[in-house]
Amino acid sequence: MKKLLALLLCLVMVIPFAGCSEEEEGFKVGFIFLHDENSTYDKNFIDAAKAATEKLGLSEDQVVFKVNIPEGAECYEAAAELADDGCDLIFADSFGHEDYMIQAAKEFSDVTFCHATGTKAHTEKLPNYFNAFASIYEGRYLAGVAAGMKINQMIEEGKFTADKAKMGYVGAFPYAEVKSGLTSFYLGAKSVCPTVTMEVKYTNSWFDISAEKEAANALISDGCILVSQHADSEGAPKACAEAGVPNVAYNIDTREWGPDTALISSKINWQPYFEHIIDATMNDKEITQDYCGSLADGGVEILGLNETVAAPGTKEKLEEVKQKLISGEIKVFDTATFTKDGATLTEYMADVDSDAEFAPDTQAISEGYFHESEFRSAPYFDIDIDGITTIE
Amino acid sequence: MNNNGTTINKNAQQIHEPLFQVTKRAYTTWQKAWIIRAVAIAVALVICAVVIVLVTGLNPLNVYGTMFEGNFGTERKIWNLLREIAMLLCVSLAVTPAFKMKFWNIGAEGQSLIGALASVACMIYLGDKLPNGVLIPVMLISSVLAGALWGLIPAYFKAKFNTNETLFTLMMNYIAMQLVAFCIVFWENPKNSNNVGVINSSSKSGWLPVIGDQKYLLPVLIVALLTAVMFIYLRYSKQGYEISVVGESQNTAKYVGINVKKVVLRTMAISGAICGIAGFLITSGVDHSIRSDTIGGLGFTAIMVSWLAKFNPIYMVLSSFLIVFLEIGASSIATDFKLNESIADVLTGIILFFIIGSEFFIQYKLKFHKRDKKEA
Repeated sequence: MKKLLALLLCLVMVIPFAGCSEEEEGFKVGFIFLHDENSTYDKNFIDAAKAATEKLGLSEDQVVFKVNIPEGAECYEAAAELADDGCDLIFADSFGHEDYMIQAAKEFSDVTFCHATGTKAHTEKLPNYFNAFASIYEGRYLAGVAAGMKINQMIEEGKFTADKAKMGYVGAFPYAEVKSGLTSFYLGAKSVCPTVTMEVKYTNSWFDISAEKEAANALISDGCILVSQHADSEGAPKACAEAGVPNVAYNIDTREWGPDTALISSKINWQPYFEHIIDATMNDKEITQDYCGSLADGGVEILGLNETVAAPGTKEKLEEVKQKLISGEIKVFDTATFTKDGATLTEYMADVDSDAEFAPDTQAISEGYFHESEFRSAPYFDIDIDGITTIE
Repeated sequence: MNNNGTTINKNAQQIHEPLFQVTKRAYTTWQKAWIIRAVAIAVALVICAVVIVLVTGLNPLNVYGTMFEGNFGTERKIWNLLREIAMLLCVSLAVTPAFKMKFWNIGAEGQSLIGALASVACMIYLGDKLPNGVLIPVMLISSVLAGALWGLIPAYFKAKFNTNETLFTLMMNYIAMQLVAFCIVFWENPKNSNNVGVINSSSKSGWLPVIGDQKYLLPVLIVALLTAVMFIYLRYSKQGYEISVVGESQNTAKYVGINVKKVVLRTMAISGAICGIAGFLITSGVDHSIRSDTIGGLGFTAIMVSWLAKFNPIYMVLSSFLIVFLEIGASSIATDFKLNESIADVLTGIILFFIIGSEFFIQYKLKFHKRDKKEA
C-alpha cells in the first residue's frame, strides 16, 4: 500500500512538469459552449466559429473549443483554464454563463471576454468584457411577410375567409426575447395581410419535443392556419407536417421534415461577429461593447425559402422589404402599425439596465417607433399588442 | 476441424465437464486483489488504445497524456480535480449508510438539490440582514434540515407502509427539481431570464470564506473531515453496527432487539443531511447560484462510487478520484483533439467496465479443466 501511495505521489508530482509546454506564440481564441453540436442552438455557434476561424486563417492550435460547459462555476473554471492556456480572446454562448464570464474578465484583465445574449456589458463597463446579440426581429419580420403572403394566397384560393386568418405561435417562455420575436413576426404578416390575428401558446421550456408538438397541435385544432415557433426542437415543424399546415421555423432549415409545409426560417449568423472580435483582438482594434448583428452585416439571415410552398413572388417581395429594413424606410416596431388596448403607443419605459428591482429605466418609443436592440443588443420589447392572444 | 469436433463430442459424452468452473475465493490477499485490479486497468488501456487507433487514428499515448494533462496540468486544474472529487465524495458518503442498510436511496440528487435550495434561499433573503459569521451556520443548518427532511419522507413511508423506496426517492428528485424551477421564477435576475445568476456577487455574503488563496480548500477540508467521521461512524459506532445488521437481515436485527424502523428513519435522515451538506458546499462554496441541474447527476454517480468502494469511505476517496479523473480526462481529450465527447465517453466506459469486472475476479476464481492429452 505504501509503495502504491509513493508511486501515485510521484506521478502527481511529475505530471505537472511533463504537462508544461513552451509559451504559446501568437494569437489564440477559446470558445465555451453550453452543449455540443447535438443541440441546434450550440451547433449554430459552433458552425459559425469554425467558419470564421477558417476564413481568418487560424491554425488548429490557435482555436480551442470547450463543449458541455454548464452555467455554473464550471464556466468560470473553463474560462480561467483557457486564459491560463494562453488564449487572448474567450467567448461563451449561453445566457447563464454571463456572471461567470464577468468574474473571469475581472481576474484576467489582459484577456478579452465576449459573451452572446448577455445584458451586463453596458452596465458593468469593464474594458475587456463585451456582449453581443442580433436584431433577429428583422429576420422574423421578413419571415412574417412570407407567412402573410402565403395566407393571402390561401384566402384567394377560397380555403378560408379573410376574417378567419389566424396564425399560431409556439413560444418557449413569455420573455422579452420571445415576445419581441413573435410580435415582429406578427407585424410582418400583418403588413401584407391586415386582417390576420395570432394565438400564442408557451411551453415553458427551451427544448421539449413533445410539449412543442402538443402546443402546435392545440393551436391547429383551435383553427390556426399557419404555425411558427420560438423553441429549439423539431416538435412544431413535425406537427405541422403531419397536419399539412404551413410552418415558419427558427434557426434551422426544416424542409427535410416538412417538404410540403416548411415555408421559411430565420436565424442569427454569428460568423460576422466572430470575425469582428477575432480581428479586433489580433490587431488591437476596438470591439463594440454591445454588438448587434443585423440584416445589413449578415448577422441576421433568412434561410430555407421553400418555393413549392411559398406564394408566388415571395422571393422578390422579401428582397424589397429587406432593402427597406436596411435603409430604415421600414421600422419593424412602427407605432402606426399596432395598438395596445385599442390605442397607439406614444411612450414606453423599457427595462434595459439590469437591476434588482427590474425597474423600467429607458424611454424606448420615440420618432414614431419602438427602438428595439438600440439601447442594448439583447431584446427588451415585451408589450402585449392587440391582435395577439395567449392561450393556456 | 471435423476430427477435432468429434473428439470433443466424445469427451463430452464421457466426462460431462464444463470448460471452466467458477468458484468463490475463500480469501484474497490485498496484494492479489490489487494485482488483479492493475491487470484489469492495463488490459482496459490496451483495448482503449486499439479503439483510439481504429476510430480516430491518433497516437494512444498522446491521448493518455492528455488525460493526465487535463487533470494535473496546472495548479488550477489540480484544484478543480480536488473540488470535483470532494463534491462527488460528499454525496457518495451520504448514500453509503443507506445502501449499506440495503435501502436503495436513488434520491441523493434531490436531497442535495433541496439542500442547495435552502442555502440559496438564506443567501437571498438573509444576505443583507446577517453577518457572514451567523449567516453561513444558518445556511448549513437549513441545508442539513432540508436534506434530512427530503430523506425522511420516503423513509417514513417505507417504515410505515412498506412503500418501494427506489421509486419514492427517485420521484422526490423530480419534486425537488420542480421546486427549484418554481423558486427561480421569483429569484431570476435579470427578470425573464430563467436564471438566478451569481448571488451577492459584490457583498459576498453567504459565500464560504477563502483560506489563503484557495477558494476550494475549505470545502475539500470539510469533505475530508466528513470522510473520516463517516468511516468511524460506520465501523466503530453502535449505530454503524446496527446499519450493517439491518442490511444483512432485518429478521436478525429484530431478533437481537434492534428497532428496524428507527434505524431506517435515522439512517435516511443522516443520508439526507449529508446530501444537504453537499448542496450547501456547492452553492456556498462553488456556484453561488442555483439551477434545477445544479447537482449535475452527482446523486447518481455517487451510487457507483459507493458500490465500487464496497461502502468503505476510505476506498471511496480512490473510487471518486477514479471517476472524476476519467470524466475530466474525457473532456480534455474531446477539447484537445477536437473530438466529439462521445468517443471520450466510450473510453471511460471501457475502463469502468474492466474495473468493475475485475471485482468479479477478486471474489471468484475460474478453474480451467485441463484436457487429458491421451484422450485427444
